[in-house]
Amino acid sequence: MTTDLTRATAAELADLLGAGTVSSREVTQALLDRTAAVDGAVHSYLHVDGEGALGQATEVDRRRAAGESLHHLAGVPVAVKDVLATRGLPTTCGSRILEGWVPPYDATLVTRLREAGMPILGKTNMDEFAMGSSTEHSAFGPSHNPWDLDRIPGGSGGGSSSVVASFQAPLAIGTDTGGSIRQPAAVTGTVGAKPTYGGVSRYGLVALASSLDQAGPCSRTVLDSALLHAVIAGHDPMDSTSIDAPVPAVVEAARRADVSGMRIGIVKELTGEGFQPGVQARFEEAVQHLVDGGAEVVEVSCPSFTYALAAYYLILPSEASSNLAKFDAMRYGLRVSPEGVDAPSAEQVMAATRDAGFGDEVKRRIILGTYALSSGYYDAYYGSAQKVRRLIANDFAAAFERADVLVSPTAPTTAFRLGDKLDDPMAMYLNDIATIPANLAGIPGLSVPSGLADEDGLPAGFQVLAPAMADDRLYAVGAALEARLTAAWGGPLLDRAPDLTEVAR
Amino acid sequence: MSTATEPVLGFDEALATYDPVMGLEVHVELGTETKMFCGCPTAFGAEPNTQTCPVCLGLPGALPVVNEKAVESAIRIGLALNCSIAPWCRFARKNYFYPDMPKNFQTSQYDEPIAFEGYLDVELDDGSTYRVEIERAHMEEDTGKSLHVGGSTGRIHGATHSLVDYNRAGIPLVEIVTKPMLGAGERAPEVAKAYVATLRDLLKALEVSDVKMEQGSMRCDVNLSLMPKGSAVLGTRTETKNVNSLRSVERAVRYEIGRHAAVLSGGGSITQETRHWHEDTGITTSGRPKSDADDYRYFPEPDLVPVAPAAETVEALRATLPEPPAERRRRLQTTWGYSDLEMRDVMNAGLLELVEETVAAGASPAAARKWWSGEIARRANTEGEDVVTYAERLGVTPAHVVELEGLVTAGRLNDSMARQAWEGVLDGEGTPTAVADARGLELVQDTGALEAAVDAVIAANPDVADKIRDGKVQAVGALIGQVMREMKGQADAGAARTIILERLGQA
Repeated sequence: MTTDLTRATAAELADLLGAGTVSSREVTQALLDRTAAVDGAVHSYLHVDGEGALGQATEVDRRRAAGESLHHLAGVPVAVKDVLATRGLPTTCGSRILEGWVPPYDATLVTRLREAGMPILGKTNMDEFAMGSSTEHSAFGPSHNPWDLDRIPGGSGGGSSSVVASFQAPLAIGTDTGGSIRQPAAVTGTVGAKPTYGGVSRYGLVALASSLDQAGPCSRTVLDSALLHAVIAGHDPMDSTSIDAPVPAVVEAARRADVSGMRIGIVKELTGEGFQPGVQARFEEAVQHLVDGGAEVVEVSCPSFTYALAAYYLILPSEASSNLAKFDAMRYGLRVSPEGVDAPSAEQVMAATRDAGFGDEVKRRIILGTYALSSGYYDAYYGSAQKVRRLIANDFAAAFERADVLVSPTAPTTAFRLGDKLDDPMAMYLNDIATIPANLAGIPGLSVPSGLADEDGLPAGFQVLAPAMADDRLYAVGAALEARLTAAWGGPLLDRAPDLTEVAR
Repeated sequence: MSTATEPVLGFDEALATYDPVMGLEVHVELGTETKMFCGCPTAFGAEPNTQTCPVCLGLPGALPVVNEKAVESAIRIGLALNCSIAPWCRFARKNYFYPDMPKNFQTSQYDEPIAFEGYLDVELDDGSTYRVEIERAHMEEDTGKSLHVGGSTGRIHGATHSLVDYNRAGIPLVEIVTKPMLGAGERAPEVAKAYVATLRDLLKALEVSDVKMEQGSMRCDVNLSLMPKGSAVLGTRTETKNVNSLRSVERAVRYEIGRHAAVLSGGGSITQETRHWHEDTGITTSGRPKSDADDYRYFPEPDLVPVAPAAETVEALRATLPEPPAERRRRLQTTWGYSDLEMRDVMNAGLLELVEETVAAGASPAAARKWWSGEIARRANTEGEDVVTYAERLGVTPAHVVELEGLVTAGRLNDSMARQAWEGVLDGEGTPTAVADARGLELVQDTGALEAAVDAVIAANPDVADKIRDGKVQAVGALIGQVMREMKGQADAGAARTIILERLGQA
């Protein structure tokens, strides 16, 4: 086992901590040191809470020393996307409008992390209010891809993917509205899972699009994601859309890592044309590995997926336009008085604040959503989009009749260069084409590294989708694939990423 | 603030030309212990912003969860209004910006109300019934309350700063909307008042709200339009907001009828707008223009799962409905033997429960009505209180009435003595017996003294005595009065009458 605590997986750290080989304080300090060394280059964090994390680590060490029975992951540090409310720790959603806001309460999943005794290292960078596929829309500057600092780490959870990929944290929490956990995982060579909608409480998750948002784990191994998934999942009476049913046995599935006899459905509409050749090649190899593992492959068709992107870009802005209305300068966050107005009205202050506090992408979507919901257009836009959503769910239901899981490349390309798609929103939106259908249907999805594309030597992702509340299947397939690929590569893919300490200095 | 009086046509004149059409929207604050979407308490009058949490403050990330008790109340209201109950319905977001609305959208119901298509029969003063058709009753949350400080009018214009109290934000409301009420004609103001009064009694009987209009737990918006007689085309309406007493509902309808008529008769047209009601001057003034194009961008609330009450649940709630107030009133009137006028007086004075309790405590219905609606009602009115509150404050109870009646039937007090004893009770001198003791009120039971007094009075009034002897018995009253004076009021008038008639050969 490696002596570098920053390179250890969460499962390994849990074993070391449990055996008393290392203390949580040592682990936490090592990760904070790594952050001090490399985060200037990757900019994964918006807020680092070294003091708080060390305090929680010390407390866990004390309880362990006192012989208390602790959670398996107690003492393993975690980073949290800045879209989740954290008591006493700034929560900005990557936006100027919330700069300096410190919530008086914890999101339910943050409470669960704290109850498990997991020190919270800090809050990770993100596209403003989770709108974007590159983290370039963060009001506080973009995050960078540890594989190539000139490239994007994915979005909107680029902070959570890069913090894991750059060994600043073994685990991170992301949120996935249209692929914001899976696509960043794919382009950074990490693992990310979007649980079934309602599987993890949304209470305290600052809403982008309520009917699509889902928090989930980011890690370097499939087992680690499963371990974190198990901590945060489960019914929450504070979230009326939270599912009141037992959490699928994700950890057991990840440990079993078995696909023999499983039917793997390749979604015709999510492969081939439009996908970068190197990404497509790694996908096909991965499928072959699963076949070698005893899986059976079928091709399935989901014809309504053609309309998924259009439906998504009506539903998301509609809900977002309403969800973001609360940022009005009245109670918290930014307040800007309009220039040249002597005694501004409440409306004028609201308008000036929203103008100054929101970035272009946020404004674009608020305007789009306001239009789509407006009287006379509702049926044509929002109403039609909801119908498409049902068709997509039907497509999935039919596909899952024929296959236990569905697979595709996670994103059509490897990480693009920072700035490349910033002026072309449609090109940016296309990057989520393979991930969006799962959010529309509320089903779970997982991205695991499938290797490096030949053209650019950058990571590609392999997506697994399962029926609602069958999250365990994702981990079984993901872990089986990971085991075979790691063996083929002779070690974890991330070992081939550049060591950032040189660059950072 | 503009309160310039607009031209108003005389009511009769207006009704000669136009038919009024009304629509009433009544907001009722439910008396649940906690708010619509969170566990915060709903107590009235608490220190500002002490009954709030991330949910009702709309803090980023917070999510609503529906209060089941509020849904039950809404269903019971729907059932009591003879509505259909939706087997499946949703909340919607009504989006608009306002500083006292924490999320800048109100969670409400739009095209899928919990209750719809019902009616409420309303009894009018002449005993006839008007059926008010109910369009819908839906659930929503209340907003916070703004206080604009530093200006002269209390409005935001001219204020130096504004304070917002979010204690009320998220309190459950049910909004009851009528269909357009046609054909009430000149009785429109009376129908409006009677409808709100009937609704208030019903909601009170359901125990879903304290329905205190003066505290805003029941608020009425009055929509009104006129159409020329014989026309079937609805005119342009105005919406007078937050009318907060029964009397004001009646006055607001009457005023708007006159105002609309004046505008229309002068060849003008009515602007569709909201209007403010001014209790003090009894007029309405222009608020903000309200067009049909107001765009709230409604869409189903994605943070809440649908409300789907099982049929068995609805039937179980139906079984909890109390006797409808109108039926109860009819039943009590029959039992008590009151005339229509007597019953109406009792109702108007808000004495139904008090009389019922007093009768239950052992008093006769006549005595119960008599003692609660006399002197105490007069005093309560002077104090500006309703009798129930006033009696509670004084500590006067149904037992006092029972005791007083007992003293009369036992022959200890006559009617005028009983009145004195009651006044003593109201003055805080103690129970009727204690007052009678202290004031020395006691009918003289000594027949010898009474007979002597009668004889003296007959002797002093030979002319009257002769008339009675001749059969003009009604003249006896004059003699009884003198006997009472002779006896300083401590005589039993009935006994005096008997003796006088005996003496004069008319017994």
